[in-house]
Amino acid sequence: MPVKVINAGLATTIQDLGRPGYYHLGIPLSGAMDRLAMRAANMLVGNSEDAAGLEAVFMGPELEFTQDALVAVTGADLPPKLDGEPQETWTAFAVRSGQVLSFDFLRSGARAYIAISGGIDTPMSLGSRSTYAIGALGGVDGRGLQAGDMLPLRDGNQVSVGRTVPEKLRRGPGSHVELRVLPGLYWHRITEAAGAGFFDDVWKVAPEADRMGYRFQGGRALTFVDRQAPFSAGSDPSNITDACYPYGSVQVPSGTEPIVLHRDAVSGGGYFMLGTVVSADMDLIGQLQPHTKTRFVKTDMNGALAARRHRAGILEDIRAALA
Amino acid sequence: MTTRYTFGGDEHIFVEIDAEMSLEAFFKSLSITSAVKQASINGVTEICPANASFQIKFNPDRIHPDDLMAELKRLEESANRAEPVLKTRIIEIPVYYQDPWTHETLMRFRERHQDPQASDIEYAARINGYDSVDGFIQAHSGAPWFVSMVGFVAGLPFLYQMVDRKRQIQVPKYLRPRTDTPKQTVGYGGSFSCIYSVRGAGGYQMFGITPMPIYDPKQRVSYLKDFMVFFKPGDIVKWKPINRDEYEQALEDVEKGHFAPRIRNVDFSLDAFNADIDGTNAKLMEALHAG
Repeated sequence: MPVKVINAGLATTIQDLGRPGYYHLGIPLSGAMDRLAMRAANMLVGNSEDAAGLEAVFMGPELEFTQDALVAVTGADLPPKLDGEPQETWTAFAVRSGQVLSFDFLRSGARAYIAISGGIDTPMSLGSRSTYAIGALGGVDGRGLQAGDMLPLRDGNQVSVGRTVPEKLRRGPGSHVELRVLPGLYWHRITEAAGAGFFDDVWKVAPEADRMGYRFQGGRALTFVDRQAPFSAGSDPSNITDACYPYGSVQVPSGTEPIVLHRDAVSGGGYFMLGTVVSADMDLIGQLQPHTKTRFVKTDMNGALAARRHRAGILEDIRAALA
Repeated sequence: MTTRYTFGGDEHIFVEIDAEMSLEAFFKSLSITSAVKQASINGVTEICPANASFQIKFNPDRIHPDDLMAELKRLEESANRAEPVLKTRIIEIPVYYQDPWTHETLMRFRERHQDPQASDIEYAARINGYDSVDGFIQAHSGAPWFVSMVGFVAGLPFLYQMVDRKRQIQVPKYLRPRTDTPKQTVGYGGSFSCIYSVRGAGGYQMFGITPMPIYDPKQRVSYLKDFMVFFKPGDIVKWKPINRDEYEQALEDVEKGHFAPRIRNVDFSLDAFNADIDGTNAKLMEALHAG
C-alpha cells in the first residue's frame, strides 16, 4: 500500500495548501511554497487541489512504490526517472507496484512538487498535513521525510496517463527575477534615498533561503529617518515594538539584508518592514535558487490586485486544460 | 496614541495603535480585534492581535481592501467607546531562575552578548540598578505580567510587566541572535518577557527555565488536552521562583501527566489598575491564592 522512502533527498517535506487560522498563535500557514505548482500536480493525477504531496528542494527523493499509482512532478525542472527511465515533468505518468521513482539533477527552479494519485494520507494536524517542522506539526511525526519512512496513500480517482500542463502555463524563474512590492507598513522609517535605492539595486538571493523566509544581499544598506526610539521598541533604528509580520513582508534588520517572509513565517517580531511582496509573486520566490539576481519593483494596490487576477487566470486556464 | 492604518500587500491590513508599548495600546488592540471577530466580516481569514498593533489577513477576491479598511476604521470608533475591562485568568508559572541549561547555552554565545563577563541575568540586574541578582529576581517575579501577544513561533507568549513605567525592567536583546535556546526558557528583550515554546534561535536574554510545557502538538498534559497552545492574549501571569528540587519534581509530574498550573478566573479593569496599581495587583494575588 504505502510508498517507501529509500532516500529522502535534501529537504523533502509533505505539504498541501496549508493550515490557515492559527497565525494569531504563531502557527503559520505552511503548505507548498509554490502553491500553483502543487495544485497543478494534484490536478494532473486526479486529486483534489488541496491533497497532500511532496515538496522536494534542489534534490529529489528516491521512492519505492508498493502499489500502482499515477505520479506528476511540477514546479522546478527536476527530471523524474522511473527505474532509471526519464519521464516528463508537468505530465502524469503511471508507476507500477515495485518501481522506483528517482530524480536527475536540478535544471532550474528550486522546488519540485510530486503528486501521487490519491494523495498522501499521513494524519492531519489542525486541518492540514503540511509539515511545520519548528512546531513539530504535520508531515511524518512533525518532521520532514527520512529514509525508511512509509507514506500511506488514499484511494485515487481514475484519470488517464499522459495528461499534461501546456508549456505556456508553466512558470519557472528566469536568470533575472522581478518581485513586485507594495510599499507600506513601516516604509516611513527609511529615507527617500534609501527607498529609491532599494528598488534600483540588483539583489541576489542569499544562501539563507528557506521555508521561513528568503534573505537577499548585494544592495546598498538602508538609511533611517532619525527618531527618538519609542518606549519598548529597542535602540537599533530598524527596531519596532514587536508586531505582526504579514506573509511576504520585507524586513531589513539593521538596514542591511532584506528578508521576505514565506509560508513558514515567524508571525511577529521586532523589526520594521518596508512593504510586502504581492501575493501573485509569492509562488515565484519558492523557485529561486541562491545567487539568483533579483530586483524589487514598486507597485500599488491596483497593480497588486491586477497581478493577482492574472495569476488566478493562469490557474483557471490550467483547470480548463485538464478538465 | 495615533492609530495608523497600512496595507501589508494585497492580503493584509496592519494597524499600529501606537509606536510605543502601553497597556492602553494593548487594550485598544484587543478591543478592536474582538470587535472584528464578532463582526464576522466576509473575506477575513486571520485576526492577529499584537502588543500595540494588530493585523488582519483577508482574501481580496471576497472583500476589496479599501472596503475592509473602512470597516476597520468604523470598528475602531466603537472600540474607543468600550470600557477597558477584561474577563480573563491568572496563571502561576514556576520558574527555575539561573538554571544550568540556559547557563550552559548562554556560555556558548558569550561573543554575541553586550557583557561577555557576566551572565544574562547578572547583566540585566546591573543595568536595571539592582544590587543583586536576588533583588532582580524578586522584581521580575514580584508583579504580575500581561500576555500582550502570542507568536513569533508556535505558542510563544510576549509578557508585559504590570508596574508603572519607571519600575519597568528593560534589557536590550543580544547583539546578534543565538542559534539555540532551550525549550521553555524564560527570556527578556526590550520591555517584554517571553517563554520560548520550542527550542530554537532567539535573541532574548535568558533568565531561567519553566518545567511547564506551553505548547505540545501531542497534547500530553491535562491543560493542553483542549488545544495544543496554552496562552492567549489577555492572560495574566505570575512567575513563581522554584529551586532545583521543585523543578525536578514538576518535571516528573509533567512526565506522569499530573502537572497542573494554578489558574484562577479574574476580572481586570484597566481604569482601576491605573488608579491603584499596587492595590489591583494585590487583589489579583488574592484571587490567585484563593481556594
